[in-house]
Amino acid sequence: MKRINIFLLLMVFIPLTPFVLEARQITVSTDGDITSIQKAIEIAEPGDEIIVKDGTYRENNIEITKPLTLKTDGDVIIDGEQTGTIMVIRADDVTISGFTLKNTGRSYINDFTAILVEKSTGFVIENNTLENVFFGIYLAETNGGIVRNNHISAHDRREASSGNGIHLWNVKNPRIEDNTVTGMRDGIYLEFAEKARITGNNSHDNNRYGLHYMFSNGGYYENNRFARNGAGVAVMYSDEVDMINNIFEHNWGTSSYGMLLKDMRQSRIEGNRFYRNTVAIYSESSSNIDIHRNDFLLNGWAVNIKSSSRANRFTENNFVENSFDVRTNSPRNNNEFDRNYWSHYDGYDLDRDGYGDVPYRPVRLFSVIIDRQPESLILLRSMIITLLDMAERVIPVLTPQTLIDENPKMERIR
Amino acid sequence: MKLLSHIVKNEWKTLIRGKWVIGYGLIFLLLTDTLLRFGGGGPEVLLSISNVMLLFIPLVGMIYGILYIYQSREFVELLLVQPVNRKTLYWGLFLGISTPLMAAFILGASLPLGWHGILMQDAGASIMVLALGGVLTFIFVALGFVLGLAFYDDRIKGFGFTIVIWLFMAILYDGLILMAVFMFGDFPLERFVIAATMLNPIDLARIMVMLEFDISALMGYTGAVFRRFFGSGAGILTASGKLALWLAIPAWLGMRVFYKKDF
Repeated sequence: MKRINIFLLLMVFIPLTPFVLEARQITVSTDGDITSIQKAIEIAEPGDEIIVKDGTYRENNIEITKPLTLKTDGDVIIDGEQTGTIMVIRADDVTISGFTLKNTGRSYINDFTAILVEKSTGFVIENNTLENVFFGIYLAETNGGIVRNNHISAHDRREASSGNGIHLWNVKNPRIEDNTVTGMRDGIYLEFAEKARITGNNSHDNNRYGLHYMFSNGGYYENNRFARNGAGVAVMYSDEVDMINNIFEHNWGTSSYGMLLKDMRQSRIEGNRFYRNTVAIYSESSSNIDIHRNDFLLNGWAVNIKSSSRANRFTENNFVENSFDVRTNSPRNNNEFDRNYWSHYDGYDLDRDGYGDVPYRPVRLFSVIIDRQPESLILLRSMIITLLDMAERVIPVLTPQTLIDENPKMERIR
Repeated sequence: MKLLSHIVKNEWKTLIRGKWVIGYGLIFLLLTDTLLRFGGGGPEVLLSISNVMLLFIPLVGMIYGILYIYQSREFVELLLVQPVNRKTLYWGLFLGISTPLMAAFILGASLPLGWHGILMQDAGASIMVLALGGVLTFIFVALGFVLGLAFYDDRIKGFGFTIVIWLFMAILYDGLILMAVFMFGDFPLERFVIAATMLNPIDLARIMVMLEFDISALMGYTGAVFRRFFGSGAGILTASGKLALWLAIPAWLGMRVFYKKDF
C-alpha cells in the first residue's frame, strides 16, 4: 500500500516539476532597477528569461555563458558604438529574439560580429535586425541551432572592409531560414559546415558572393533568392549538395556568376531559375552533377563549362534567349546534354514525338570568335553572325563536334 | 499647314486604296501572332520580331520610297505646276508615305502583343522594339526618296543602288567590321568598333536591342570603354542621339534634292 502511495505521489508531482522550476523573468529597462543587459545576464540563473523593454542600450561584448532566453518588449536597440563584438554566446540553448543590433567595431584583424555563437547547441536567433555591422551572425563550432528571419544590412561597398552576413565556420547541422542579407561582403558564408540547411533566404546586393559555400558536405539550399551580388554565388569543394528551387538573378560583371561551381561532386541542381546573369552556371573541375529542370532565361552565357568538368548531366532544362547557350574551352565534350529545350533550336520534328529530329549544337561559332577577339561582341545579333553560325552548325569546324543535344525538346518544359 | 495635311491625307487615301500597306501590316500581324502561339514567352517573340525588323524594314522602306517617287512622277510634276511650296509638298509626300508604313508595322506587331498580354508584361522592351521599327521606317523611306530623286530617270540604277545599299548596311558592313577586328586584333579596337557601328542605322537599332536583351552578356566583357559605354546610360543616349541624326539627315537631304531639282 505504501508503495502504491509513493508511486501515486510521483505520478502527480513529476509532471508538475517543470512548473515548480519555472524560469524567472528578469526585466531590463532604461529607467528600471536593471539598466544593463550584461548585468541582467550576470544575475540570471540558467533557464531564466530576460525581457528587455524598449530603448537604446549602449553596450558591447555582452557575454552569455548560461542557457537564457533574451526577448524584447518594444523596440530595443543595442548600439555597439563601433567597438568590438556586441553579443557573444558561449552556452547551449540560448534564444535571442527581436533585437536591433547596431554598429559593431570594424577591423582588419578581428572578426567583430553582432552575434557570435561559439561551441554551442540548441540556440535560436530569430527576428533580429542587424544594421551597420561588420560580421552579422557568426557561428563557430556549433551543432544544430536555428538562425531565422533576421534582417542583416551594412553599407560598406568595399570588399576588404566589409564582413559576412551569416558566417558559418566548422559547424554541424545549422538551419538558416528566411533571413535577408544585404550590403555585406558575402551574404551567407559556409566553411566546413556539415549538413547545412539553408532555406528561404534573400541575399541581395552584397559586395561579393550572395552565398559562399566551401568544404561543406551533405547540405542543401532551397527556395533562396540571390540577386545583384558582386560575384553571384560560389559553391566550391563540397560533395552531395542539393541546390533546389532557388532564384539567381541580375548578377552582372566579368567575374560574376549566377552559380560558380568549383571542385563539386555528386550534387544536384534542380528547379532553379537563372535570370539575366552574365554567366548562369560556371563549372570548373566539377563532376557528376545533375542539372535538371532549371530555367535559364536571358543570361549572357547560360553555361560556361571548362574542360576540367566531366560527367555532368544537363537534362530537361529550358534555355530561353540566352545570348550564348554554352561556352567551353575544350574541343571534346565530357558532359552530357539531353532532352533540353533550346529557344535557339530551329530544327523540325517530323515524327511528332516532341523531340527535334536534328541534334542541337549549343556552342555557337560566335562564342569561339569572341574568345579570340572580344571586341566583336558588339556584332552580337548581327545578320552576318547569324549566317556564320548557321554555316558552322551545318559543318562544325571550330566548335566542339560532340557537344550536342541529341533530343532537343520542341516545346518549353513547364 | 493646311496644305501639308491635305497632301498627307491624299497620300493616305491612295495608299490604302492600293492595299499594299494593309498587306504589309497583316504580314507583321500574322508573324507576331504565330510566333506567340508557337514560340512562347515575351522576350523570345520580341527578339524574333526585332530580327525581322532589322532585316526587312530597311529593305521595304527603301523600295517603297523609291517606288513611290517613280510611280507618282506625273502626279508630282502636275502638283509642281501649281503654286505650291516645294518644301511643303516634299514633307507632305514623305510623311504621307512613311507614316502609314510605320503605322502598319506598329499596329501589325502590337495588336498580337497586346492580346497575348506581352505589351503589358514586357512593356519597356515591346515599346522599344516597336519604336525602333518606326524610326527605321522613317530613315529608310527617306533614303529611298533620296535615291529616287538622284536617279530620277534611270530606274534600273536606282533600284540597283537600293538593293546594294540595303545589302551593304544589313550584312556586309558588319562583315567588314568583323574583318577589321580580326586584321587589327592586336590594337585596342573598342573605340573604333563603337564608332564604326554608330555610323550604320541598322547597327544602331541592333545595339539598342542588345542593350535591352543582352546587357548581361555585354557586362561580361572586360574592356573599360565597352563597360562605360554599355553599362551607363551613355550607350542608349548616344545610340538614340545618332539615330535621331540618321532620322534628320536623309530626310533633309531628300528635301534639298527635291527643292533644287529641275523636274
